[in-house]
Amino acid sequence: MFENLTDKLGNVFKGLTKKGALSESDVEKALKEVRTALLEADVALSVVREFIDKVKVRAVGEEVLRSVTPGQQVVKIVNDVLIEVLGSTESELLIDHAPPAVILLVGLQGSGKTTTAGKLAFHLKSKKRKKVMLASLDIYRPAAREQLRILGEQAEVLVLPEINGESPEKITKRAMAASKVQAIDVLILDTAGRTTLDTAMMSEAREVFKLSKPSETLLVADAMTGQDAVQTAKAFSELIEISGVVLTRSDGDARGGAALSMRSVTGCPIKFVGVSEKLDGLEQFYPERAAGRILDMGDVVSLVEKAAETIAEEDAAQMMKRMSQGSFDMNDMLKQIGQLKKMGGLGGIMSMLPGIGKLQKQMAANNFNDKAISKQEAIIYSMTKKERVNVSLLNASRRKRIASGSGTAVSDVNRLVKQQQDMARMMKKMGKMGGLGGFKNMMSSLGGGSPDPVSVDSQNSVMDANKMAELQKMMGGNMPNLGNMANRFGSQGLPGLGGKPSRKRR
Amino acid sequence: MALNWFKKLKTGLSKSASKVESAIASITGKKTIDQETLDEIEDQLILADLGVEVAGRITKKIKDQKFELNKNKEIEKIQIAKTLAEEIEQILLPLEQNLYEKVNTKPHVLLLAGVNGSGKTTTAAKIAEKFRLEKKSVVLAASDTFRAAAVEQLKTWGKRVGAQVVSGDEGGDSAAVAFRAFELAKKEDIDIVIIDTAGRLQNKKDLMEELTKTCRVVSKLDQEAPHQKVVVLDGTVGQNAHSQLKSFDESIGLTGMIITKLDGSAKGGVVVSLAEKYKIPIHAVGIGEGLDDLQIFEASSFSKALAGLD
Repeated sequence: MFENLTDKLGNVFKGLTKKGALSESDVEKALKEVRTALLEADVALSVVREFIDKVKVRAVGEEVLRSVTPGQQVVKIVNDVLIEVLGSTESELLIDHAPPAVILLVGLQGSGKTTTAGKLAFHLKSKKRKKVMLASLDIYRPAAREQLRILGEQAEVLVLPEINGESPEKITKRAMAASKVQAIDVLILDTAGRTTLDTAMMSEAREVFKLSKPSETLLVADAMTGQDAVQTAKAFSELIEISGVVLTRSDGDARGGAALSMRSVTGCPIKFVGVSEKLDGLEQFYPERAAGRILDMGDVVSLVEKAAETIAEEDAAQMMKRMSQGSFDMNDMLKQIGQLKKMGGLGGIMSMLPGIGKLQKQMAANNFNDKAISKQEAIIYSMTKKERVNVSLLNASRRKRIASGSGTAVSDVNRLVKQQQDMARMMKKMGKMGGLGGFKNMMSSLGGGSPDPVSVDSQNSVMDANKMAELQKMMGGNMPNLGNMANRFGSQGLPGLGGKPSRKRR
Repeated sequence: MALNWFKKLKTGLSKSASKVESAIASITGKKTIDQETLDEIEDQLILADLGVEVAGRITKKIKDQKFELNKNKEIEKIQIAKTLAEEIEQILLPLEQNLYEKVNTKPHVLLLAGVNGSGKTTTAAKIAEKFRLEKKSVVLAASDTFRAAAVEQLKTWGKRVGAQVVSGDEGGDSAAVAFRAFELAKKEDIDIVIIDTAGRLQNKKDLMEELTKTCRVVSKLDQEAPHQKVVVLDGTVGQNAHSQLKSFDESIGLTGMIITKLDGSAKGGVVVSLAEKYKIPIHAVGIGEGLDDLQIFEASSFSKALAGLD
C-alpha cells in the first residue's frame, strides 16, 4: 500500500542525496514536496504539519548540514519521525485476563468490520490457541449476521445463534452469558456500521460498551480513507474509548496515508492490517517495518518470518543437505515453487523486499508473474519421475512431449532446464558458503547491495531481461535457505535482521 | 424533491461545509484577502478531500478575484463563499447526468462495480426501488459470488423492492450469473437488469479481469450491454478515488459514477478533482440507508453545500 508514497518520496530524496552539501533552502524545498506527497497520500493535514515541523527542526540543525552525507541524514531523520508517528513499538492484543475477554469492533459502514471479525477469530484460534465466539450486533444491514455466521463456520469457531427481534444490547448480554457457560476465552462483538451524525447508533454503541466492558475496542478503518474520514476516526475515539485500530484493505494501492494519520489522530496504535479478502489475510502491524516500506527499505524481517512459518524445518534441513551436495533436481525445484506460492506468490514476497518498488512494475510489464511460475510448475508436472531426477534424459523428442503436455513451447522447456542447471550450480556454491552468506548474496544482487534507496532505484531502471532471469533464479533458488536461516535464528530474535533492514543488509 | 435532497445533503455536508465556512469567516473584518487567509482556505479545501492540486487552483482563483468592499470597507464572507461555490460548480456542472435518463432499451442492463464496502448492494437495491416506483420490472443479478452472505443480502433487498434475484453458487462464476439474469429478463420481458458485482480492489489484476469478462459475456446477448457501467465510490474515500476510477474505467469503460455515504461526515470533496481529471458523468449520491436515499446528482446544490451556502 505504500508504494505510491514511496515513489514520491523517493524522487524528493533523490534530489537531496545527490548533493554534497545542503543549504537550508534545499531542505525547505524538499520538505514542501514531502508535504504535497503526504497530502496526496491522504495523510491528515494536522499530522502532515506536525510531521514536517518535526523533521525541519532536526534537519536544519548544523549536524546535518555539515555531515558527510547530508541527504542520507535527512532520509534517516524522515525515517525516524515516520516511526515516531506510526508508533515506535508494535502492540499486541490485551486479551489474557479473566475470560471471556471481549473485543468490540466499531467503524464506519463498509470499513470491513465483519470480515475483520472473521479474520480475528481465525487468528486467535489458529495462532493464539484461544477458544473464540463471534456475535453480530448488526441488526440493520441485511444478511450481516448471516455473513458473520458463514465466516465463523469457515474459521471453525463458535457463532452466537441469531434470535430475531433482539436489540444489540440484548444480544450483548446473551453473548456474555453464553461465553461464560461455554468457557470462551475471547468473545468478538461485531457492531453495525455507523456514521458520526447518527447519534442514536452512537449511543447504542456506548451502551454495548458499558455492558460488555471490552478488553479491546478496535476501530476498523479503511486504508483508502480520506482527510475527512480521519476526523470521523477522531470523533469515534472521543465518543467511545478505543484501544486500537485495524487498517483494512492495506493490500490496495492506497498510499497508506491513513496508517500515518490514524495513530496520531486517535492516539491509539494500529494493531492489525487487513491484507486480503481471505480468512488468513490479517497481519500484525509493525511500525518500524511500515516506515521502512514507506521509504522503500523493505521488510526483510516479515519475509523471513513468513518463510519460517511456511517452510517446515525438516524440509529446509533436507534441502540444505541436498544443496550442499549439489544435487538439486526438478523435484527440488517443484518443492520450491510450491513454497513460493504458499508464501503469497511472487507479489507477496516482492512487496517485502527492499528497493523493489520499481522492479515490481517492471516485472509486471515483462509478464514475469505468478503465471510464469505456474507455467514452470506445469512443465515439471509433465515430466516423468525419471526425468525429474535426471534432467540429462531430456532429448529433443522428450522435450517436445513435455511442451505439448504442459501447453507450453519447447523453448519454455529449454529455459526451465537451463534454469534448473544454473540453480543446481549456484546451490552447490551456496551450500558451501552457508545459509547467511547465500542470503546476503541474494540481497545484494537483488537490491544492488546499496542501502540507499535512491541508487537502488536507478539500478533497477536499467535492469534488463538477463537480470530478470537472474532474479527469478534467485527467488526460486533461495527459499529453503531463507527458511533455514529463520529456523537457525528464530529463538534468538534474528540477530542482524532486527531494526532497520536497510542497515543490516550488508 | 430537489429541496429535500439539498437539505439532507446539507446536513451531511455540514461538517465539511462548516470547515470551509470557518475559513471564510476568518477573513471578516479584513479589507484584502491576505496570504494567511488564502492558506487557510486552501488548507480547508484539502481537508475536504479536494486534493492539493485542485485546492491550490481554486485558492488561486479566489486570490485573483476582485471583491467589492461593503460600507465598512470589508469583504463580505458570503462573496467569497459564492465565488467558491461557483468555481466548484463550474467544474462539476458538465458532468451532471441523470442516472435514469439513459434508460431507453429493454431489457436495459446496468452494471455496478467498485471496491469492497463502497455500497454497491445497497445502491443496487435503491436503484431497483426507483424503477419499481416507475412501474418497471427489475431483475437483480447477485454477481458477488465471493463474499459470505452477499447473495442473502441482495435477496433480502430483492424481497423488499419486489425484484427477482438471480444467483449462483458461492464461489461460482459471476459472469454466468449476470448472463443468466439477462437471459431471464429477455425471456420474461423484464425492463431492467441490475448486476451487483463483487467488491474488488482496483490493483488486483485477476479480479479486474473477471469484471471485464462479466461485461464481455453479457455483451454476447446484446452488443450494447451492459448499457450502463457505473462505479460506486465511497464518499469517505480520499485521493485513492483517482486510482479507483482510472482502473475501473480502463477495465470496463465506465459510463458514470455514484457517490455513496454522503450522509455521514464525509462529503466526497474528491469528486471535484475527479471531475477535472476524468470526464465521467456523475449520476447520483447516496445519502442514507433508506431505499429512497439515492438522489440525482445536482452540481449546484453540491457545490453550494460544499461552500457552506444556504
